Amino acid sequence: MSAGDIAVRIRGVGHQFGEAGETQYVRALSDTSLDIARGELLCLIGPSGCGKSTLLSIMGGLLPPTSGSVEVSGQPLRGPLPREISFVFQENALFPWNTVMENVRLGMLFQGVPKSEHATRARQSLEAVGLAEFAHHYPGQLSGGMRQRAALARALSLETGILLMDEPFGALDEQTRMILGEDLSVLLAHTEKTIAFVTHSLGEAVFLADRVAVFSARPGTIKKIIRVDEPHPRKPGFVTSEKFAALRNELYALLHDEIRKAVLESAQARDARAAGGAA
Amino acid sequence: MARRAEKAQRFASRAVQVGFLLALLILWYLATNYWGVNRLLLPDPIAVWHQLVDVLRSGAYLPDLRVTATEFAVAFVLATTSGTVVGYVVSRSRYLIRVFEPLLAGIFSIPLILFLPLYVLFFGLGLESKIALGTTISFFPIVLATIAGFSNVDRTLVTAARSMGASDYQLFRYVLLPGALPVILGGLRIGFTIALLSILGSETIASLAGLGHHIVELAEDMEMSRMFAYIAFVVAIVALLNGVVSHLEARGRRRG
Repeated sequence: MSAGDIAVRIRGVGHQFGEAGETQYVRALSDTSLDIARGELLCLIGPSGCGKSTLLSIMGGLLPPTSGSVEVSGQPLRGPLPREISFVFQENALFPWNTVMENVRLGMLFQGVPKSEHATRARQSLEAVGLAEFAHHYPGQLSGGMRQRAALARALSLETGILLMDEPFGALDEQTRMILGEDLSVLLAHTEKTIAFVTHSLGEAVFLADRVAVFSARPGTIKKIIRVDEPHPRKPGFVTSEKFAALRNELYALLHDEIRKAVLESAQARDARAAGGAA
Repeated sequence: MARRAEKAQRFASRAVQVGFLLALLILWYLATNYWGVNRLLLPDPIAVWHQLVDVLRSGAYLPDLRVTATEFAVAFVLATTSGTVVGYVVSRSRYLIRVFEPLLAGIFSIPLILFLPLYVLFFGLGLESKIALGTTISFFPIVLATIAGFSNVDRTLVTAARSMGASDYQLFRYVLLPGALPVILGGLRIGFTIALLSILGSETIASLAGLGHHIVELAEDMEMSRMFAYIAFVVAIVALLNGVVSHLEARGRRRG
């Protein structure tokens, strides 16, 4: 990869919450390096608490790393870059007092899009996610899946080159997830966007990603990167193919040990806290 | 279908409420006209009605109403301004919240009306002592609600707005304010009620004018039916104001 093809360059990034010795001290992420190519969809997958969401916040400029550096399009990152990076959060990131349309328009207002473009762009992005009819509904009147579509429409209307999605379908039921995943694959096949997508779901990762970065247990770092060679948009039939099953199994094998380790560690930490409390 | 049933139910409960008030009025009438309750303790409702008509026709209430309304309006505006500004400033820092929120909540739980003699010594018997007391008492629910409102706005919304490039002003105008407004409106409503209560109450204890003052004066002159007429007049005004405030609060909540 030449330097121009790299959208996000992550070098030796680590993050800790609190200071060593404090009770809330957590080493979330350690010495992680990663290049995300322009136009690729990269999934980050790993056990709970492995720092994959932390890494996403760091690459979006929402959280300064405690060590290492991030470059976006060759420039060192120092804070949010609303013109280049947009986000879709896990849930409840729509302003509940605004309609879907108003939410989309507010994003453009914040980003500084000229007023004259608001109406067209809002309509286009709502149509793209299939929510045009619900433009004047409030988030509270929509299902969880529709709310995430609205959040995606808001991010799309900002027309950024990079889209960061933090478990966007994490709170949804399996069937809604599947449909949204298929729609997302179709939608993103037509854009040049660079996407980093945090997920818990093995199937979702294989179905959507060009590459899947597998994280180790806390303090997380990337254990292995798996490539998924399958053109976008992915057909629903891909899910039942042998290739899909093989990749999914490979991911499962990689993750299984890490998840066990994470569960064991959190149980030990709990016991240690309980013992400390009793002493 | 469900809509209609709901409406019918609401109408039925309204009817019971009105019926209850009517029954009280009838009991009152029977007690004074047939059951021999002393009219110096409880005047005849019909005499009260005549007095009320006379008070309203003559405009005798105007000077006292003007005093009470001025005290209340000034106190409520002062409390609202200071309460929301102080509350916003405190809400911006975890440290300030940790220090001041328990302190303010603690003071709010004291019956501040006990300090009325002190306020009279400081500010005299006139409007000033009522304004000062009303402001003090209604400041606390407003400042506490403002702190709670602003500090409990969902962090995800703030992060989302920041990630899209919201300026400080935009963050306040489109995220913090609408997020905090329902809670602040609740605080304003409590402040409104207790400012009115403390002002009318302190007028009855130590004052030179005002509706509360006049009611005590009538009691001391044993003009019971006129006193009741004044009480009814105040109750009607307060009920009207409460209706207006409820309406505004509901509208603000819908928008917020």
